[in-house]
Amino acid sequence: MDFLVDCRSLKKSYGRRPVLHDFSLQLERGRIIGLLGPNGSGKTTFIKILAGILSKNSGEIKISGRQIGIESKKIVSYLPERTYFSPSMKVKDTIKFFEDFYKDFKRERAEQMLSGLDISLNSKIKELSKGTREKVQLVLVMSREAELYLLDEPMGGVDPAARDYILKTILTNYNENASVIISTHLISDVEKVLDDVVFIKEGNVVLHQSVDEIRRENGMSVDALFREVFAC
Amino acid sequence: MKWKFDENTPIYLQIVEQIKTQIATGQLKAGDKLPAVRELAVEAGVNPNTMQKALSQLEREGLLYSVRTSGRFVAGLEEQSEKLQNELASQYMESFLDSMNSLGYTAQEAVSVLQAHVNKK
Repeated sequence: MDFLVDCRSLKKSYGRRPVLHDFSLQLERGRIIGLLGPNGSGKTTFIKILAGILSKNSGEIKISGRQIGIESKKIVSYLPERTYFSPSMKVKDTIKFFEDFYKDFKRERAEQMLSGLDISLNSKIKELSKGTREKVQLVLVMSREAELYLLDEPMGGVDPAARDYILKTILTNYNENASVIISTHLISDVEKVLDDVVFIKEGNVVLHQSVDEIRRENGMSVDALFREVFAC
Repeated sequence: MKWKFDENTPIYLQIVEQIKTQIATGQLKAGDKLPAVRELAVEAGVNPNTMQKALSQLEREGLLYSVRTSGRFVAGLEEQSEKLQNELASQYMESFLDSMNSLGYTAQEAVSVLQAHVNKK
């Protein structure tokens, strides 16, 4: 089977502290996957390895058959936890920035979404609220025709109404051959849009199942199951 | 369309139920065309695969049919909405009896208190 993400026995430590132990995960195309786990479980580390900004210690990892590197970055669109644009940039400069960097970037799509959000292309990043900055960054990331979208806490700083808008933005923009990985703590907000969930605990995958199966087998939501599995 | 989802059952089943209710109550009529899967999914705020799964099930049950290239429609059987109404009504009655049963009423007792309740109104 041709997996979009094929990751086997991945290991990663920071100094002597292991973060991912023998981490294996295969993800298909055309799915929206929730990456769920408590703080410090290794979610962000895994996403950063996929994005190519951290290197693994050992193990195998491929995206669409490609090793992590320049070739994988062409097909991966990554939304980091924190926005990274310079405060003095205008929104239209950030569009130019993405256009220069990524061949698959669709300017019209970005402009259309920004106007739907009433964000002016002439606003400076430093004049925008934290939530609005996050929206700009998400719009840019979702305006690429990528095969894999990595969204690390995409709704951390925004209000519940804007969360719905963000989820709709995600639903409207990925295509059938692409997958979206969303790491989040706000499970009940994202649950309806997910195909599958992956629970990570202390650097290992403890569950990888479809949301339908979880609800059918346990008679409870993913949010409720998460609280049970990760009860302190 | 208004969508509302609970926490505990698979979402595609809830979509199936809600579309059935719309057909039973005549909000969706024979021959009505449904919006595209992606559009419906975005409207309901659910995953497109989930919406697809629900619509396929409704097709298998004969409530919807698709015409290649032109879309998906509500099937035109006359007796269909009546059949659905009966189906939904028996589900509601079952769930009423279950709830009453958990309070300690037998089916007979449940019927007579329901009758008394209706008379009082």
